[in-house]
Amino acid sequence: MTTRRTFLKGATALGATSLAAPYVHAQEAVTLRYLSTAVNQSPAIAQKASEDLGINIEYIAVTTDDVARRVITQPNLFDLVDTEYFALPNLVPSGNLKGMDANRIDRADQIASVIREGTVDGQMVGTDGTAPFEVLYLEEETGQSFASDPSRWITLIPTTYNADTLGIRPDLIDGEVNSWAALLDPKFAGKTAILNIPSIGIMDAAMAIEATGEITYGDKGNMTREEIDFTIDKLIEAKRAGQFRAFWSNFNESVNLMASGEVVIQSMWSPAVTAVRTQGIACKYQPLKEGYRAWASGFGLPRTLDGRKEDAAYEFINWFLSGWAGAHLSKQGYYPAVLGTAKEYMEPYEWAYWYEGAEAEQDIMSPSGDLLEQAGAVRDGGSYEERMGSVACWNAVMDENQYMVRKWNEFIAA
Amino acid sequence: MERVHRGVTNAVNTGAGRAARPARTRRNPFAGTGGALALALPMWLVFALFFLLPLAVTVIVSFWEFTQYSIEPAFILRNYADLFDGCLEDLPYLCTTLKTYLSTLKFCFLVWLTTLILGFTIAYFLAFHVRTLPMQVTLFLICTIPFWTSIVIRMIAWIPLLGRNGLVNQALIGMGVTDAPLEWLLYSDFSVILALTHLYALFMVVPIYNSMMRIDPALIEAAVDSGASGLQTLTNVIVPLAKPGIIIGSIFVVTIVMGDFLTIGIMGGQQIASVGKRIQTEIQYLQFPIAAANAVMLLVAVMLAISALLRMVDIRKEL
Repeated sequence: MTTRRTFLKGATALGATSLAAPYVHAQEAVTLRYLSTAVNQSPAIAQKASEDLGINIEYIAVTTDDVARRVITQPNLFDLVDTEYFALPNLVPSGNLKGMDANRIDRADQIASVIREGTVDGQMVGTDGTAPFEVLYLEEETGQSFASDPSRWITLIPTTYNADTLGIRPDLIDGEVNSWAALLDPKFAGKTAILNIPSIGIMDAAMAIEATGEITYGDKGNMTREEIDFTIDKLIEAKRAGQFRAFWSNFNESVNLMASGEVVIQSMWSPAVTAVRTQGIACKYQPLKEGYRAWASGFGLPRTLDGRKEDAAYEFINWFLSGWAGAHLSKQGYYPAVLGTAKEYMEPYEWAYWYEGAEAEQDIMSPSGDLLEQAGAVRDGGSYEERMGSVACWNAVMDENQYMVRKWNEFIAA
Repeated sequence: MERVHRGVTNAVNTGAGRAARPARTRRNPFAGTGGALALALPMWLVFALFFLLPLAVTVIVSFWEFTQYSIEPAFILRNYADLFDGCLEDLPYLCTTLKTYLSTLKFCFLVWLTTLILGFTIAYFLAFHVRTLPMQVTLFLICTIPFWTSIVIRMIAWIPLLGRNGLVNQALIGMGVTDAPLEWLLYSDFSVILALTHLYALFMVVPIYNSMMRIDPALIEAAVDSGASGLQTLTNVIVPLAKPGIIIGSIFVVTIVMGDFLTIGIMGGQQIASVGKRIQTEIQYLQFPIAAANAVMLLVAVMLAISALLRMVDIRKEL
């Protein structure tokens, strides 16, 4: 069977032989091609890794959906991938990723419990959708199915994760917003937005529709066809009534919609809220009583990786978990895999603001030195335990994904 | 009277020149059995490699099976069936596919109309009202200035103008024309048509201008001298002679708008469906076969539109 994959393999092999440089014995610096979304690719991390480890990081930036597509269609064109856990039910059966050896990951046992077990402070969080702990382990290194119990082979080592909710413009909204149902509240007709990324958009819609009390889903992250039909019908109804101002499909669009005042309430990602705020515009990442929609992203290795590149990848991942990168990401509002090491690289007042829900004792700066919050501010949603502990569901790919995408197109066309 | 004569003679001459052309053919050194084919070969190779092959692959893949992470060779019609799912049962209500195509066709027609009116007027002004060639070239270059930046920037530039708190709304409210901001200025059919017209009017201007420049001024003089009014000259002389340019411009605009998803997406606030956006979504979710089926249908639709346009004029003869 000649698939696109084998064809590409052939093409790269051909390219490699004809372009092969003369054999050099000296140990040149290894370059790792790092595939992920642009949001996860901080130039500072690449620079620091290069200083500390002598490993060059070459970023390949694509969109969320494209990361998964490349893993499936072009597995030879990257050495390290940073992808979302919810993509794993598609990626693992493709056989293009391999399990990571827990014995070679220094802090495998210190990875946050919310990722390893789905618990925060011993309490189980919501597991609707693709919760990371359900897809964290493989039966064997080259396994194409998930292990139900912890094993030696890890699918992805977390890089960042977070809990998403609705962003609002408090200056343009009267009264309190405390429920996902506000997204469909006629009070905000013509001033709301959701994402036009079907797999995530439908989850936000499901949170909102369930909050209105019209339906209780079995599993929002894995709906039945009837549930999908019901959800899309409700969305079409709202769209026809002029509820939505626009849909957005990338980070910058969501920032512009909010900053320009076209929209006063919408699904948003945490760094987008920060971006609106750095423009001096009031924007709040509003905690809601139904809880958060969480996501998690992590490092995976392509099956073909071996030799020095593989060693370098493990070295980089171990460095990533050792604190500097975790602290860097924490100061952008993300949560890292290992909390303890990140804390060592943060000032106590920073840790208190980002993780403990405390008032900022000093001005809070972004890693690039921009003012994020003035002294006295409190993080939206509070402490790590409050935010991650209130997770209701996780980003997911449904079994009925194909049907869902078709129905979503119907919604867009309605 | 003399002027009329000259015009008529001129016209006759042109006709004669055309008829006489075949006699001018000289002996072609490449003539012979293999020569002409050899000359055409490089073009054929490029054509086969970059057009026929991808097209064939698209058609083949449109019959394949797929799951969420793989595509497998097969011959199934399910992708096409899915595409038209509910289209018969739901009548008289339109199914998603028909609705999407209809919406795309609607934009095609409206943008064609606006670019035609705009393009024809601008070309007419350049060709007949601007007297000197340097001035014509200068004004023509000015028309191309928007093309110096990328298509996305040209599009996004409209957003701060048309938004709820944008310049247009502020001006209208300031002048007391309206009390509340006009919502339909942005993320609506209006903004999509506006942006598409802005982006593609030049594709209409260029070929029409080119056709108009070939019109022998003597013909217009003849029409005027024969007592034709301005409108009569326009409809009986200029429009028929500019028809090849109009058709070529129309083909550009229609094909571009049929496949557009970026402009409709951004200016429509992603709330308006387009065939291109659907194909993009399907590709993102690795549903290559169904995206291929969609692409084949789009191709058929575009080819139907173009063959209809070509029926109106024989381009080969006119070029």
